[in-house]
Amino acid sequence: MSKQVAAGPAHWSSKIKFMIVGILFGIVFVKAEIISWFRIQEMFRLQSFHMYGIIGSAVVVGMISVFLIKKFNIKTLNGETIIFRDKIFSKGQIYGGLLFGLGWAVTGACPGPLFAQIGTGATVVIMTFLSALAGTWVYGYFKESLPH
Amino acid sequence: MSELLHGPWPWYIAGPLIGLTVPALLILGNKSFGISSSLSHICAACFPANVSFFKYDWKKEAWNLFFVLGILIGGLLAANFLSNPDPVSINPKLATELSDYGIVNYSKVVPAEVVNWNSLFTLKGFIMIVLGGFLIGFGTRYAGGCTSGHSIMGLSTLQWPSLVATCCFMIGGFIMANLILPLILSL
Repeated sequence: MSKQVAAGPAHWSSKIKFMIVGILFGIVFVKAEIISWFRIQEMFRLQSFHMYGIIGSAVVVGMISVFLIKKFNIKTLNGETIIFRDKIFSKGQIYGGLLFGLGWAVTGACPGPLFAQIGTGATVVIMTFLSALAGTWVYGYFKESLPH
Repeated sequence: MSELLHGPWPWYIAGPLIGLTVPALLILGNKSFGISSSLSHICAACFPANVSFFKYDWKKEAWNLFFVLGILIGGLLAANFLSNPDPVSINPKLATELSDYGIVNYSKVVPAEVVNWNSLFTLKGFIMIVLGGFLIGFGTRYAGGCTSGHSIMGLSTLQWPSLVATCCFMIGGFIMANLILPLILSL
């Protein structure tokens, strides 16, 4: 199969805005210590409100935003109607959710913070990241034989 | 102003900013906030190996890879130009518990005594780095999302499967932090 060459510079520049959102997001991760293993340990020991406050207020702001987008039929910058996809329930949310929870607490990171941790210079986290890629791949390989 | 930029940000600043990622991605390009799918796109791009789960046009999802690259750059910029001057201040109870395992350095994002390149080849380090990473990748894909896709995007759009997933993330985390991690750190 021949690889399609990505269309000119416009193709890539259209993605830069997502990188900028990512940069801002990564800065918040560091500044609010969300990427700290220690903050995650406090959260799972109920020793600090910090992470609960962050996740809780993020959800509230997200909910209000989605409500406003729907209510006022706000469009994308290109004028498209914004699409919301429903999540379909499967037992994977239970089994996979529990397994991810174990990984989150032992590494002190969910997928987003992994990238930010590497960015701050914690190079050993590259191994955690590669292992997360391996975990994703193994799931893809065995998907059909796992209970869902 | 300088203090605002250089000190740690409180939850009521950081949480709403993270919440605003949801409308930002929707309005900029009709994209649903989610990070763990980037791992899947990287698998699809680099080693699809004829696995049907990875046979899709990952280039259509390239925005997500730009987004996570941005997170990495954001981490780099913040750590080099806006870093918090003091180590994370942690609950004294946690400090006491961790000191029992020889963890007293809070200056890194990971506990430097147990998560470092040398410890990678010890059982403790291997579990915390390699096995932990594997659980993140396997678990998030099995659950169909992570803290961003389920807990923030899913709950923001009132998806009950995301509430189930979020509860399971938390249960798994509580079990690990309180019951299993003490055993791992004692190795």
